[in-house]
Amino acid sequence: MQQIINFLIRNKNNILFLLLLTFSLFLTIQSHSYQKSKFISSANFMSGGIYSWTSNINSYFHLEQYNLRLLEENERLRTRLAGYEDSLEIETYKDTSSFDADYIFRASEVINNNYAKIDNYLTIKSGARDGIERDMGVVTSKGIVGIVENVSPNYSTVISILNSNSRINAQLKRSNHFGTLVWNGEDPAVVQLTDVPSVAPLAEGDTIITGGRSLIFPKGIPIGAVKNFSLDQSESYYNIDIQLFNDMTNIGYVYIIENTSQSEIRALQNLTKDE
Amino acid sequence: MNSVIFTNTLRFVLLLLVQVLLLNNINFLGYINPYLYVLFILLYPFNANQTLFIFLSFLLGWGVDIFEDSGGINAAACVVAAYIRPAILRFSFGVSYDYQTIKFSSTQPGSRLSYVLILVLVHHFVLFLLEFFNFAHLLLLLKKTFFSAVFTIILVFLTLALFNKRSR
Repeated sequence: MQQIINFLIRNKNNILFLLLLTFSLFLTIQSHSYQKSKFISSANFMSGGIYSWTSNINSYFHLEQYNLRLLEENERLRTRLAGYEDSLEIETYKDTSSFDADYIFRASEVINNNYAKIDNYLTIKSGARDGIERDMGVVTSKGIVGIVENVSPNYSTVISILNSNSRINAQLKRSNHFGTLVWNGEDPAVVQLTDVPSVAPLAEGDTIITGGRSLIFPKGIPIGAVKNFSLDQSESYYNIDIQLFNDMTNIGYVYIIENTSQSEIRALQNLTKDE
Repeated sequence: MNSVIFTNTLRFVLLLLVQVLLLNNINFLGYINPYLYVLFILLYPFNANQTLFIFLSFLLGWGVDIFEDSGGINAAACVVAAYIRPAILRFSFGVSYDYQTIKFSSTQPGSRLSYVLILVLVHHFVLFLLEFFNFAHLLLLLKKTFFSAVFTIILVFLTLALFNKRSR
């Protein structure tokens, strides 16, 4: 017994080192697995509070840009509204191919944004008290940003599309060929679309939008334009580089999308899987 | 002794805040960030209790991780750097380091540079290795380690020159 205690005391530095290293490796591995909720994240009281405090100061420097962006969006929406009112008089028209589920949009402010790492996250200033839940989509007026991952009472973290674990269903606007949106970790303005079949008609400058297959984003949210593309080794799928419409390095304000039928569809799918 | 505790506590808090609020947002040339908070590990008294030192380094790294949502990569890098610091000290400052109360500010410039260089490189390599978490991007990993380390080292020496009188 005495020897064991002596051994422990003599090697206390090594033991402490191994313990702490194991613990931090555990945290690292956990952060690399996408589906798991994290043990601790920047959506906590302490760091969330400090981040919102600094972003209060920071947002003043970008006010002009944000106003401009809002103006642009208003203009676009007003144009669309005008067209909609016109068409109401002629015929009752309902677009059933897109926006077919009921979606609720909530505005929020980004208080922390990473884009230089290989796994990037954002922190936003809305949490469970504002009705935010895990797996809601996050977009700006220009395009998609990411998916809500962890939620605390007042803050949430968002897994950015600039994250090597992010997988989002996307498709060509022109045809319905779809693929998976991923990021190779290099340029924060360029993401990759993989698994698009080689029969798809493709040209540089084509618009890429979200596909309606996931329960997170409604169909038709803009993502980016095709920058260049090549066939993969088997020559049956395209690898496409996409120039994002969003400037991921300057986001500011975002909308969080809630799909109100998400839980119903998910329950149904689980039921079908069980049988 | 009290002033040593006070200086190091203040340094801990200040470096953590400067790192997460300022330096993590620099993104020079798109991906290069300095990690100035290793200054805490560099300047921690050489003759102090090693166990406490490893634990404090872990807390510092974990603090940065919580703000950055990066799991435990900074914590792991800090623990490794703190653990092998005695070996680096012995290598850079020779045997005279053992059981002597030398101070960082009173060392030779050459050995000081090698001490900072090795410790920063080790810290950054572990950090980026865990961040990438595979060897598929080995070239990008080395590139990022190298450029970030250069940036950090420049900042470390600038900070030292700026606060020289106070830390002495």
